[in-house]
Amino acid sequence: MIQIIIGAILILFGVVTMVVATIGIFRFKYVLNRMQAAALIDTLGILLVLAGLIVLSGFSTLSAKTLLIICFLWLASPVTSHLIARAEVMTNPDIEKECEVVHHD
Amino acid sequence: MNKQHWKAFAAWVNGTAPERATAPLQELPAKRQKKHPPKTDEARRVRVFSRIYHMTSLVVCLSVVCVLLYTLFHLPLFGAEDNPAVNEVVERYVTQGLTETGAVNVVTGMILDYRAFDTFGESSVLFLAVSCVMMLLLKDQNNTSFADILQLQHERETEREISDPILQKVVSVVVPCILLFGIYVVLNGHLSPGGGFSGGAIMGAGLILYSAAYGMDAVSRFFTHKTFRTLTATALLCYALSKAYSFFTGANDLPSCIPLGIPGAILSSGLILVLNICVGLIVACTMYGFYVLFTKGEF
Repeated sequence: MIQIIIGAILILFGVVTMVVATIGIFRFKYVLNRMQAAALIDTLGILLVLAGLIVLSGFSTLSAKTLLIICFLWLASPVTSHLIARAEVMTNPDIEKECEVVHHD
Repeated sequence: MNKQHWKAFAAWVNGTAPERATAPLQELPAKRQKKHPPKTDEARRVRVFSRIYHMTSLVVCLSVVCVLLYTLFHLPLFGAEDNPAVNEVVERYVTQGLTETGAVNVVTGMILDYRAFDTFGESSVLFLAVSCVMMLLLKDQNNTSFADILQLQHERETEREISDPILQKVVSVVVPCILLFGIYVVLNGHLSPGGGFSGGAIMGAGLILYSAAYGMDAVSRFFTHKTFRTLTATALLCYALSKAYSFFTGANDLPSCIPLGIPGAILSSGLILVLNICVGLIVACTMYGFYVLFTKGEF
C-alpha cells in the first residue's frame, strides 16, 4: 500500500513538472529560456515518473532496466540542451544583446 | 464565465496578456479604416466566402468522422473467435510455430521463416532506395567540380573546428553501449522482442551519433563507401542464398541439413539467426548511408 502511494506521488509530481515545463515552453519567448523549460521535462519530469514506476514495480530486472533508461536520459538530455544552446550562440549575431551581457572594463 | 477564464488562461500561456494584446489590436483596424475605407462589396463577399468555407470544412470533417465511426461499428470485435482473421493460418503459426521454426519469438518465426520471402522484398527495397539516393546525391570525381571539392574540404575544416568536447566525451561513453545493445537486439531476435530491423536501426543511430560528434572522417576510417557496398550486397546475397536453399528443400520435401536446435538457446531456430544478422546489417548500413548522403553527399 505504502509502495503504491509513494509511487503514485512520485508519478504525480513528475506529471506536474512536465505540465509546468510545457506551459513554460509556450510562455517563454526566447530560445534559451524555452530550452531551459524543455530540459526540465527530460531530466526532472522523466526522473520522477520513472522513479515512481521503479517504486511501483519493486526490485526486479525490470526496475534495473528502468534505472538504465534514467542513466541514458540523464547522459543524453543535458548534452542535447548544451548543443542547442551552442547552436543558438553560434548562429545568433545579437546574442549579447539578447542575453543582456554587460561588459565591465 | 468559464470560457472567459479559459481565454485568459490561454492568453497567459501564450504570453499575450490582455493589456499587451488588446492595445495593438484596437489600433490596427482604426488606422486601416482611416487610410483605406473598406470596399463594402468586397468585404461582404470575403465574409460570405469565409463563412461558406468554414461551414463546408466543418461538414466535410463531420461526414468523414461519421463514415469512419460507422465503419468502426461494423468491424468485428478485436480478438473475437469468429473473426475472419482467425483462421487456420494463424492457428498454425501459434500452435506449430515453435516446433517448425524453432524460434521462441513467434513474430520473428513468422517474418523470417514462414514469410521470409516478404522480408527479403523489404530488405531489397531498402537496398534499392539507398542505391537510388546514391545515384542522385553521391558526389564523386565524375560529377563534382573543383569548387565543390574545395567547399567540401572547407566544410570539413569548419566541422573539425566547431567539434564539441562535451558531446565527444558523452558519445565516447554512450556509443559503445548503443552498438552493443543493437547487436544484442539483432542476435536475440529469435528469443526476445526485436530482430534485424529494430537492432539495425539502433546500430545505424549509433553510427550517426558517432559521426555527428567526431565528424565523417572518424567513421570513414572503418566504414567507407566500399565497406558499405560490400556489406549490403553480401548481406542480401547471403539472405537470398540461405532462403533459396530452405525454399528448395521445403518445396521438394527434402530434409534440411540445418538443425533447428533447442528452442531458447542462442544458436537455435535454424536460419533465422543468420537472416536476422543480414537484415540488421542492411538496415544499419541503409540508415547511416541515408544520413551521410543527405548531409554530405559522400562517404
